[in-house]
Amino acid sequence: MTERGPPAMEFRPLRPISREMAVFRLDKLGAIIAVIAACGALMAPFATFRANRIVAGEARSVVAALPPWAAALLLAVVAAAAVIALFRSPVLIRLSASLGALVVLALAVGVAGRYLTPAGNSYARISPASGFWLLVFAFALLAADCFTRLRMPPLMRIGALVLAAVAIALVLASGTWNSLSIMKEYASRADTFWLLGAQHLTLAFGSLAAAVIVGIPLGITCHRTTALRGPVLNSLNIIQTIPSIALFGILIAPLGWIAINVPGAAAIGVSGIGTPPAFVALFGYSLLPMVANTVLGLEGVPAAANDAARGMGMTDRQRLIGVEFPLAFPVILTGVRIVLVQNIGLTTVAALIGGGGFGVFVFQGIGQTAMDLVMLGALPTVALAFAASIVLDAIVEISTKGSAQRPAT
Amino acid sequence: MIEIDAITKRYDGRPVVNDVSLVVEPHALTVIVGTSGSGKTTLLRMINRLVEPSAGTIRIDGKDNQSLPPHVLRRGIGYVIQGHGLFPHRTVGQNIATVPMLCGWDRTRIARRVDELLTLFQLDPAQFRDRYPDQLSGGQKQRVGVARALAAKPNILLMDEPFGALDPVIRGKAQMDLVAIQKQFGTTIVLVTHDMEEAIQLGDRIAVMDDGNLLQYAAPAEILASPATEFVETLIGTGDRPFRYLSLSALDGIVEAGMADGEPLPVTASRRDALAELLWSGRTALPVTGTDGTVLGRVTRETLLRLAERPV
Repeated sequence: MTERGPPAMEFRPLRPISREMAVFRLDKLGAIIAVIAACGALMAPFATFRANRIVAGEARSVVAALPPWAAALLLAVVAAAAVIALFRSPVLIRLSASLGALVVLALAVGVAGRYLTPAGNSYARISPASGFWLLVFAFALLAADCFTRLRMPPLMRIGALVLAAVAIALVLASGTWNSLSIMKEYASRADTFWLLGAQHLTLAFGSLAAAVIVGIPLGITCHRTTALRGPVLNSLNIIQTIPSIALFGILIAPLGWIAINVPGAAAIGVSGIGTPPAFVALFGYSLLPMVANTVLGLEGVPAAANDAARGMGMTDRQRLIGVEFPLAFPVILTGVRIVLVQNIGLTTVAALIGGGGFGVFVFQGIGQTAMDLVMLGALPTVALAFAASIVLDAIVEISTKGSAQRPAT
Repeated sequence: MIEIDAITKRYDGRPVVNDVSLVVEPHALTVIVGTSGSGKTTLLRMINRLVEPSAGTIRIDGKDNQSLPPHVLRRGIGYVIQGHGLFPHRTVGQNIATVPMLCGWDRTRIARRVDELLTLFQLDPAQFRDRYPDQLSGGQKQRVGVARALAAKPNILLMDEPFGALDPVIRGKAQMDLVAIQKQFGTTIVLVTHDMEEAIQLGDRIAVMDDGNLLQYAAPAEILASPATEFVETLIGTGDRPFRYLSLSALDGIVEAGMADGEPLPVTASRRDALAELLWSGRTALPVTGTDGTVLGRVTRETLLRLAERPV
């Protein structure tokens, strides 16, 4: 359009938009979600059928993987949710649509498992395929967007997480997914699964606890003694840059030597492979975030508050406990969050040196080219890390209230 | 009484405070004034040992301030800093209770003291006790900062640019409140500022510092009348000097018999205000009323102009 274009054209956007027009305005993220959902439902396979657990699978579309009534229901729900996502709509409606779609998906994949398994055949494996995952991704994205827009208070977020966990537990307990391959892998390894789960959590939380016990005092020391700060943080940084597999490997030799040569070391469980080197490596990785966040948190304490605390006659200890630590606490807690989420993931690698944890399934699965087994190790790890980050984020936000970053009311 | 005796502080061999001696009178408000880097804050912080001197001694009521551990010494001395330094994670009540808590007062006594101080500083205890500092205005924070410093009833109050962060209107009110409290409790106050106007308005005595040296230590009238060095004269600002000089005294003592027309001024008004009123309203004299509202007499422009001349 030239500069001399008719003025009427220029003013058009300023005219009031009618109510009907407003209803049909597009939502940007929603449009992307709708496209992903459409691809997932119509173009990608919904489930994979395999004659046994290691042969290549055959893809089945939604229509082929589900009985006609279920396919129709699923497509209808997905279409409805996608349309709600596509246009601007109230957050609660969008949230209900996304959660509804996720529940229907979860149930449908179970139905697909039963529908595709030939009667009496215990070797056939049915697993969710790319279409299912795309649909889950699309509606999880929509749900996450809704949760962000709702700006729920921290305790409510933890509540939502608990509800989600209960919902998943109910689906698991109902046996809906029992004909799916991953549940068949679980069924034959149920005892090991819980044992490895316990190991996984022990390693992740144990190394976190050790890092908190050592890291916070070390951080305080680094904050008070400026000369120490550079060397300590740099050494910890170097540990952080060592690839995890290498670090697990490096520790085999020294710990093995200690086990053999230090009397009593082997008796308390020190050995070159197994849990101890995994624990030491995870601890090493955890130290940097703990120390760095402690230093950062203490540095963030307002200088005036510190000066006033000294000027009013607090001893160094009283100042640390009464002023510096409470004000630095949210930042230190953020360090704990980083460490915990990082350790839950890294613990998977510990399986390589016999450390146990869900990584055992992952590496066994890779060895046997059994992707279902890999999933049996990977999914709980992801779920744990996700839950840990939500819970700790909420705690960080609660602890921030009443401290320096507290929002004015 | 605070006796500062030949005190010196060196950083890397360079003196920041250089052989300063002065005696802070008890129950008076002493102002240390100087530009930034003059050593005024360092001097103040050596009194409660937030800075340890390189040489010299400071005696508080005759006792060397090195004779107590620093944290014990500080609990007996109120301390107010620029930007209030309130603890953001503690409520107003908890902030004020800081020193009484450190001194181990019992709970009921602390609670009573907190409410007493909030009331003194015109903050309704029920409304403000449980607020957090970031829920207060700048002036309220400043008042809580002073209340906190006074909580354990110290004899001495050290203030480092206490009004620096306030806007002019609130600052004037805060200064008047401080003077009132000083008169009421007889607290010995040492206040550091870079603002000579503030120093003249508040100070019973003024110590002027430059580059670590004490240039002059005298009452405001004397500083105005006979500045010791050119630097002191620059700080005063020659343009406002007669008005500042007049502002030091009230009208009592210069009221003469006679009548005058127009709005009267109370006898407690400053001579500067009277002259300003005369000049602005174009009168040659104005009536002066006593505290009970009766007319005591008048003040003439001539008298005020004569008084504004440099004393000899």
